[in-house]
Parts: sequence; structure tokens; C-alpha cells
Amino acid sequence: MTTHLLEIENLSKRFERQGGGVQALQNIRLQAEEGEFLTVIGPSGCGKSTLLRIVAGLDADYEGEVRLAGGRIAGPGIDKGFIFQEPRLFPWLTVEKNIAADLSLRDKATRRRVSELIELVKLNGFEKAYPRELSGGMAQRVAIARALLRNPRVLLLDEPFGALDAFTRAHMQEALLDIWQTNRTTMIFVTHDIDEAVFLANRVVILKPRPGEISSIVPVTLPYPRKKTTPVFQDLRLRVLSEFEKIEEVAWGESGAGI
Amino acid sequence: MNKVIEVKARTEATAAPDAESAGTPAVVRKKRHVRRRIGPLDIALGALIPVVGIAIWQFYSGSGRVDSFFLPSPLLIASTVADLGATGELFTHTGISLQRVLLGFLLGGGLGLIAGLLVGFSKRGEELFDPMLQLLRMTPNLAVAPLFILWFGFGELSKVVIIANGAFFPMYVNAVLGIRSVDNRLYEVSKVLAYSRFDTIRRLILPSSVPQLLLGVRLSLAVSWLSVVVAELINSTSGIGYLIYYGQYNSRTELIFVGILIFAVAGKGIDSLVRLLERRLLGWRDTYKG
Repeated sequence: MTTHLLEIENLSKRFERQGGGVQALQNIRLQAEEGEFLTVIGPSGCGKSTLLRIVAGLDADYEGEVRLAGGRIAGPGIDKGFIFQEPRLFPWLTVEKNIAADLSLRDKATRRRVSELIELVKLNGFEKAYPRELSGGMAQRVAIARALLRNPRVLLLDEPFGALDAFTRAHMQEALLDIWQTNRTTMIFVTHDIDEAVFLANRVVILKPRPGEISSIVPVTLPYPRKKTTPVFQDLRLRVLSEFEKIEEVAWGESGAGI
Repeated sequence: MNKVIEVKARTEATAAPDAESAGTPAVVRKKRHVRRRIGPLDIALGALIPVVGIAIWQFYSGSGRVDSFFLPSPLLIASTVADLGATGELFTHTGISLQRVLLGFLLGGGLGLIAGLLVGFSKRGEELFDPMLQLLRMTPNLAVAPLFILWFGFGELSKVVIIANGAFFPMYVNAVLGIRSVDNRLYEVSKVLAYSRFDTIRRLILPSSVPQLLLGVRLSLAVSWLSVVVAELINSTSGIGYLIYYGQYNSRTELIFVGILIFAVAGKGIDSLVRLLERRLLGWRDTYKG
């Protein structure tokens, strides 16, 4: 019966607050295939981070079905890698120990995998550096390597490049695509940047707020590597943007509750 | 492909001046900045005010304008130190005080650490112990010292207990604070990485609380050092506190100064040791260093 890696069916999530609750997600239905790159985009408060946290198992209080490789997601686990907006490295550990985390570098297989990953995220020479010595982009690459070491079935990224400057962000996107093409790890990438969403994805999932629902899904069939300046890219970008404007018109006037 | 990578690296280096396109040099340079050696100039700068102060002091006391009973001259104090050193008294008194401080600190600090971990890790432990301990924390050491003498006699035990009583609270408070100040965002990382309960404690909570634990050690040692004076002034026939008491009783003010001097030097010595440990253990911290 299971044909998809990730299956989300009739997922709803409500936050109860003083003076009424907020319907963060309503009847979300979404599938992701093995090796697919999915971006999720929407205005703030549309529940995109909530969706990602539920898939990660960080939030188990929801209605509906969320299955990874056929099994219902019950809690966090190493089969679901998670990249936060900030790198969240352990400041007292060096780069290689941050990547290894609870695994021992004395183990030969682990050590080899860690150096492979350091190679993959292009941090050679920084193995013994501490997080305070890294730039934002480098630190985020360490976080990606830390998640990849666990061979996750799916890598969940919650606006991972949102805090980076435009230049660093642009080549972090390229770096991530390189990694994806090498590793073929399934990616679910939350962002509020339309360019980023179109540049990376096989499919762009557009969410609309209050209640958080899927507004539309835009497939992106452009071959990689993509150029942001080409007319076809711009056409797709405009298509996503116009979807966005429809949402904004509906949502306009209501005070946005950032979730 | 390689060219692309190089270009990327360069772009990032320009975007973030912290990073260095050449790799390791950035790391090395930063480390050198952090672990700066203390040069002769630093020592001269730190010694400037004390040296000038002592010179003026010697000038006035030596010229006989100030009664030696009120303010003995630095030279008189120095010769007293030399005399006490020659007879060996200097070392026996310092030694016994050090021993009391160490035992009291180990007992009080150790118990404080255990209580702090208990309360820090368990909500129930906090409800059970913390209100009572906060109440006891507010009782001055000097006020309860007579009770300890009454209960534990005039021997070594009462002195060690008085010191332990002082050493307990700074360690306790900072251990609790350390555990409770773990960054929740890093806690989420430990969840995402599926850490076991044991790994969460060992790899997240304990390393996170090391700075606060070391602060606890420093403050606890400082209070131990203060408490030994209390213990030895009240009842003792040995130790630096006794030396001060003896000096006061026999109108030998220079002995009081010698006692103060030893306290200052030994206290600073111990504090420096802990700070050295701090630098070794906390090199990863990214804080303002002046």
C-alpha cells in the first residue's frame, strides 16, 4: 500500500491560547517521494514551521496521519534530520565533534564518514575549529553534516539560510543542491523566499494562513543547475508569486500571528 | 567543478570577513589573540599602584610621623614575615589554615554540588529542598559558628564544619543555576539527534553548566577563605586567624598585617589556579575579553 516515502493525510493542528485558539494547520494532504526536493513556502503564520516540526516528531500533538516509510511518526529520531534556522552547534565542541555528537570519533567507520562529510560540505582544514571561529554559512554547513551523518530518510530544513546574507545564501543553495545530488537524501525545505523555493525544488508547496492549508503545489521541472536569470525561471517565479498575491489579498487586514 | 568550489569559497570569505579563504590561518590567528601571554609590561602595569602606595606608606611610617602601633611600616612587616619564616611558624600557621580551607571546601562544596544537582535535575527535589536551603543560606556564618563549636567541640571538626557551612551555598546556588540555564534550543537539538537521557545529561546539560559550576567553585573557595578567619578568630591556637588574634591581644599590629598579607596572597593564588582551570575548560566561549 505504501508507495510514498512521506505521507501526510488530513493533518490538522490547533494551538489553544487564552482568548481562543489558532487553527495552525487544516486538512493537510501531501506526499513526498524518495529522493525528492520539496520546498514549502508561505507567509508568516501559515504553519509551515509547525508542519515541519510535526514531521520531525518534535510536536506529537496533532490530528491526522503522518507516516514516514509506512510508520506513523511518534517522536524525534535520527531517520528525520532537522536543520534549524540557526546552526545550533554545541559551542564547546570542535567541528568534527559537533558532527559526531553522540557518536565516538574513535570508531573508525564514524571517523571516515565524518571526514567524508567534512569534504562534502567543504570544511577541510576546520575540523578542529570551534563554532565561534566559523562564519554563519560555515556553521550551518556543520549542522547539515551533523544531520547527514545519521543517514536520515528525510532531511527537514526550517528556513536554514534565512539568517545569512544574500551572497552566502546564494552559494549555500548551490552547496545544498550539490549535496542533494551526491547523496539523494529526500529534502523538505521551508522558506519564505520565492527565488529560493523555485531554485531548489522539484515541487513548491504553497501554504496559506488562517487556517494553514495547502493553497497549491507548483511542479518545477527545470533541469539543474538552474539559472535565476533565465526567462523560464522567471516565469515559474511569477507563477508562485501570483499564487502568493492571491493569498495575501485574502489575509490582508488580519493581524498576523507568527507561529 | 573545482573552480566552482574555489569561487564559492572566495565569495563566502568576502561576505563574511571572519572566515578566511586560505583555511586554517584564521583559526590560528584567533587563538593567538585569545591566549595572549602575560608580558613584563602587563606585570609592571598591574604592580604600578601597589608599588607607589607602599613607597609612600614606607616614607611616612619610616619617618616616624605615624605611630608604629597604628600603622607598622612595610619594612617592619617584611622583617616580621622573615622572622616567622625562620622559626617555621609562618608555614605551620599557613599550612593548618590551608588544610582547614581545603577540607571545609571539599565537604561543603561537595555537598553543595550534590544538593545542587539533585535540585537542578528534579522538580520534586527543588520543591523539597530549595525553600529550606534558601532560608538557611540567609543565616550569617558568624551567627551559627557558636552553635557548631557547641556541637562539635573546640577541635578541628568544628572549624571544618564552619567553613563547610560557608562553602556549601555558593556551590549549591551555582550548580542549580548551571543546570537550569541550559539553552532550550540546544535541548531541541539533543531531541532531534535522539539522545538518550544519559547522553542528554552527559553531552548537553553538564557541559552547558561547566561555566556556572566553575564560578561556584571560585565563590565557594572565596567563602571558605573568609570562613577560616571566623573559625580561627573565635577558637583556635593555630592558623593565620590565630596569628591575627594573637597580634591584636599582644599589641603587635605587624602580626595582624602579616596575617592579612598571607590571606591575600594565598587567596589570590587559589583563585588564580581556578581561573587557569577555567581558561583550559572554557576556551570555546565567545565572550568579550577587553
